[in-house]
Amino acid sequence: MEGATTMDAIRTTCPYCGVGCGVLATPDVMGGAAIAGDPDHPANFGRLCSKGSALGETVSLEGRLLHPMLRRASGSYERVSWDSALDAVAEGFSRTAQDHGADALAFYLSGQLLTEDYYVANKLMKGFLGSANVDTNSRLCMASSVAGHKRAFGGDLVPGSYDDLDGADLIVLVGSNAAWCHPVLFQRMQANRAQRGAKLIVIDPRRTPSADDADLFLPIAPGMDTVLFAWLLQEIVARGAVDAAFIERHTSGFDAALETARQIAPDLASVAAGCRLEPGLINAFCDMWIDTQRVVTAWSQGVNQSAQGTDKVDAIIHCHLASGRIGKVGAGPFSLTGQPNAMGGREVGGLANMLAAHMGFAPAEVDRVGRFWKAPQMAQREGLKAVQMFDAIAQKRVRALWVMATNPAVSLPKADHARAALGALDFFAISEVLLSNDTLNAGAHVLLPAAAWGEKDGSVTNSERRISRQRRFLPLPGEARPDWWIICDVARRMGFGEAFSFAGPAEIFREHAALSAFENDGARGFDIGGLAQMSGETYDQLAPVQWPLRMGESAGAARLFADGVFPTPDGRARFVELSKPSLSMATSPDFPLMLNTGRLRDQWHTMTRTGRSLRLGAHAPEPCVSVNPQDAAQLGLTHGGFAHIASPFGEALLRVDVTDAQERGGVFAPIHWSAQTSSHGRVGALVNPATDPFSGQPELKATPVQATPMSFAREGAFVGRAPVELPDTFWWARVTLSGGVGYRVASDWSILEASAWFEQSFAGCEIAELLDAPQGLYRAAAFKDGRLEAALFLAPPQGEPVWDSLKDLLAAEVMDDSRRRFALSVRDAGGLMDRGPMVCACFGVSQAVIRAAIEAGAPDAAAVGAAVKAGTNCGSCVPEIRKLLAAARVAQSA
Amino acid sequence: MRERLVIIGGGMAATRLVEEVIACAPHRFAITVIGAEARLPYNRVLLSSLLAQDVSEADIDLKPAAWWRAQGVDLRFGARVTGVDAQGSSVTLDDGSVLAWDKLVFATGSNAVRLPLPGANLPGVLTFRDCADVEQMRAAIKPGARAAVIGGGLLGLEAAYGLAKAGVDVTVVHVMDRLMERQLDATAAGLLKQDLERRGVHVMLDAKSAAILGAEKVEALAFSDGQNICVDMVVMAVGVAPNIQLAAAAGLATKRGVLVDDAMRSSIENIFALGECAEHRGLVYGLVQPAYEQARVLAQALCDHDAAFEGAVTATNLKVSGIGVFSAGDYLGEGAQALVWRDHGLRRYRKLVLREGAQGTVLVGCVLYGETSDGLWYLDLITSAQPIDHLRNDLIFGPALCAREAA
Repeated sequence: MEGATTMDAIRTTCPYCGVGCGVLATPDVMGGAAIAGDPDHPANFGRLCSKGSALGETVSLEGRLLHPMLRRASGSYERVSWDSALDAVAEGFSRTAQDHGADALAFYLSGQLLTEDYYVANKLMKGFLGSANVDTNSRLCMASSVAGHKRAFGGDLVPGSYDDLDGADLIVLVGSNAAWCHPVLFQRMQANRAQRGAKLIVIDPRRTPSADDADLFLPIAPGMDTVLFAWLLQEIVARGAVDAAFIERHTSGFDAALETARQIAPDLASVAAGCRLEPGLINAFCDMWIDTQRVVTAWSQGVNQSAQGTDKVDAIIHCHLASGRIGKVGAGPFSLTGQPNAMGGREVGGLANMLAAHMGFAPAEVDRVGRFWKAPQMAQREGLKAVQMFDAIAQKRVRALWVMATNPAVSLPKADHARAALGALDFFAISEVLLSNDTLNAGAHVLLPAAAWGEKDGSVTNSERRISRQRRFLPLPGEARPDWWIICDVARRMGFGEAFSFAGPAEIFREHAALSAFENDGARGFDIGGLAQMSGETYDQLAPVQWPLRMGESAGAARLFADGVFPTPDGRARFVELSKPSLSMATSPDFPLMLNTGRLRDQWHTMTRTGRSLRLGAHAPEPCVSVNPQDAAQLGLTHGGFAHIASPFGEALLRVDVTDAQERGGVFAPIHWSAQTSSHGRVGALVNPATDPFSGQPELKATPVQATPMSFAREGAFVGRAPVELPDTFWWARVTLSGGVGYRVASDWSILEASAWFEQSFAGCEIAELLDAPQGLYRAAAFKDGRLEAALFLAPPQGEPVWDSLKDLLAAEVMDDSRRRFALSVRDAGGLMDRGPMVCACFGVSQAVIRAAIEAGAPDAAAVGAAVKAGTNCGSCVPEIRKLLAAARVAQSA
Repeated sequence: MRERLVIIGGGMAATRLVEEVIACAPHRFAITVIGAEARLPYNRVLLSSLLAQDVSEADIDLKPAAWWRAQGVDLRFGARVTGVDAQGSSVTLDDGSVLAWDKLVFATGSNAVRLPLPGANLPGVLTFRDCADVEQMRAAIKPGARAAVIGGGLLGLEAAYGLAKAGVDVTVVHVMDRLMERQLDATAAGLLKQDLERRGVHVMLDAKSAAILGAEKVEALAFSDGQNICVDMVVMAVGVAPNIQLAAAAGLATKRGVLVDDAMRSSIENIFALGECAEHRGLVYGLVQPAYEQARVLAQALCDHDAAFEGAVTATNLKVSGIGVFSAGDYLGEGAQALVWRDHGLRRYRKLVLREGAQGTVLVGCVLYGETSDGLWYLDLITSAQPIDHLRNDLIFGPALCAREAA
């Protein structure tokens, strides 16, 4: 098989973050796969993070959507043929377009899609249905970087390569917890520090794990990055570190930009006040940055997910342009992208404000793409960006939606609103791998079973513009199909068969590559014309390659702008006049805390995949909120207790993590929990829907909230072989465990209510229960054929930890009586054997003890009595002792 | 000359007293034991096992004849005392002989209560108290025999189990809403009922017997609600009454039993009582353990040592093969709080009743069903009333776990 190195290992690419690590997958006979890092992949050279390493645990077919399904009037789903399902989608979109026009249609795509899937979806909507309402979860991820790049460089172009992280002498992480979110890159940075002595500066409101051993940490106030970098720009000028020649020859707008920087950051004192940073820290930062030629300023969602994100990006880029530190080894601005194929999506133009292949909606561009596609009905203007799109759905301006490979009912800001809006669509199709998620459950009409990672075949692009192949190493399960196949088949049914008659991903990729080169005189930085002619075989064997890769070139460019030429009309990079930043919403007496959101180390997005791994679930099993100790004391929040978090948009109930890594006045909550994995953990519901005016990216990291202490009468855990419907009144969070699933729970139920529920829920099992009314404690276990089927342990808050005991019980196979006897004890049963039937009731002497006395030489009942007291009181057991003696004699003589 | 010690009654208390006295003062007393039953003293606890044929007649002897001879005890079984002369320090036996004593002990036990039902004197109406009762029952056991046991207490259930095991179709008829209500809570009683039924014993609860029907012999048992069941045998196991007529006639102070003080002394000097016929601090014990403790105390008293019986926390064990039942103290725990542990699959149930004492939480009662080997440990905790706070979290799982966690 192509791409194989060892006998069975398939080279593919990790489906998580934008680092885009190469993976060697070796399928096993059980339908899973052994996973290893690909030592030859230039992104990771064999390393994988915790999430990537656990990929093999996430490919099971449990919970998979395996057949097309249609929703009936009753709300239940019925399995149908692909023909029926595809007809339904074609019909749903055609009818809506006919009745309400093309702009009543929308696709909501995902950075999880492969480039080829993305390409055909974008082509269908923008060239054939006539709307640009194609947006993607990348809008929530890096839209501000796209907009910032386009403003400054004239195209969505990441100048540098991962090599620069190896070769820099200073790395500045802005709003990036790379240690958790881009772990393999962070390891490269750490290796550079260890081997070359590079320094690391972290700028983040939170003291994240990335900041733990940074050389300098700037706990900046949320949203104030533009102020800090505006000040840096002035310091670059003031200290004579400007590259005047570069500015002169290769940029425009410097003076105006410097003037606005002065307005934004007039003096050190105001910068210090605005950023809530010690002036000394700011000076130290400027000193290090300015004094280090090889500096990479890398950023992630702390910059992007902001209503001021585009300005933040350009404020950073300004400093690199002004100092000429761009396009050089070890120097440059560097967007660390969040998703595995956000870059691929950007390349095909799968965003509402892009047309295709880095072209926009200028009439010449629309014309060019229209001719290339031979498209009858080109979209003429930008479409609706994610947040706008869901508002339009709520307002019935968009009436037919197709969601692919993403979960907007969880991830969008104001997520409850988005979820409700989905339920009101005239037509709602979803391409999914799972039978259940919050988006699907919002009322999808057609469920299209899509291929998952390991089953699909195509390409992705990582943060350094490197295209890598994702290869299939598992068979397509059930009736699942690749996304491109589904899209093309719908297109065919709508009458666009000719333009969508692709035989496979290679053919799609070639067209995509050809479009990138089509009438491209160098004005478009994205050009992979060099790949437009490759054969299917070459595509299959394609090694990771960076773009641009123009026609006739055999290798891509590691670094852009080394020649000082930018794809703007005048060939110059642009300095931009930035605005004085302020958060879209300020805190208030009602909502006094600023909610920041983000990721955990071992989870990815809404946990539909990482949530299947028991290893990954162990790190942080509950939705939580981090609170500064002083704020916690003031609000009455306790570590390990609960907080009810409310914003003007929604609410959540989260476990409190009091930590001094959290800045005062701010709280942090991870984004991963959905209604599938928690009762009250949908953090997206809280989030502010304000968006950046240029990128449309929502302000996901700055929502004013209130936090009130909450408590439950009892907390504990439930474990079971399969997911269960917990009582409505329970707070719960679910994780995968060895042998089944586990739920952390909390409830106000009395122990009798809990007992009644458990007994009813597991009526077919043998139930063991402990009811400790004085301590308000309830423990129950249900057994089936000697194996634990389910267990529920509840106790007053902050009681004994039961989680590990329960995990062990679930992991155990058939339990003997002695183990079962102590199953409810929260103790290790080791060494505590059942002592067998009791013989002497008076002295509580068991058969085992009497046998031992006989073995030790007691010849008769009197001697047994003398040794262990058995039979010396009422004597009623003496006959039984005699029988044991007789049996021992028989055994001895035998 | 040795002091003359006469013990009226040849049961378990008497036998243990002899042992204790001899151990305490081997040659001080000339001991005479007068037992009404015409056999060697035996272990009454094993009567149900005897009935069930789990043990043989010989197995239940407390001591072999040789032992009695070796101890020099004048053991007169099959003899009845007809009168006691407290002033004259003598007793008269039914053969007319008179025995003088220096110390006299009443160990007369108790008699089975017979319900005064119409038909209660018909042949086939039995009690379950002694070897003679067992013999009668065994004589009545034949293929297809049907029996009703009135009384769902300890004794009735043991009788019923023994009969069922011997092939008799047995119905336990109990006037209360649950079995062994004086020892078990509803849950344990419910488990017990199921387990007995699994062993072929029918159980009727809330059943008030009204009459025993039959012309020549027992034919049916009728209930107050008009129903009746056809049976060949009715065993009354509705309780016992202390056997105190002789003591009362001799002028000893009695209420339910012969009144005794902490040294087991009656109201008349040199006369003592123990076991089921004795009433101590208002309580008459029907179990062997307190009787044995009384025997120990009384032996000390007879030997002029200080000793006191201060009452006993009683624990109940049901002797039905394969069914473990243990109950002690305030097993209902009304108004108190309880820990409950149950595993219906393993047919185990455990309830511990706790109260807040001055020194901390104390265990005041327990019911164990199914697996009872920890019973004595709980009984110790109940008896000693020691605070159990340090054991609290593991208490219900028994001493093995508590000991290890404490270590």
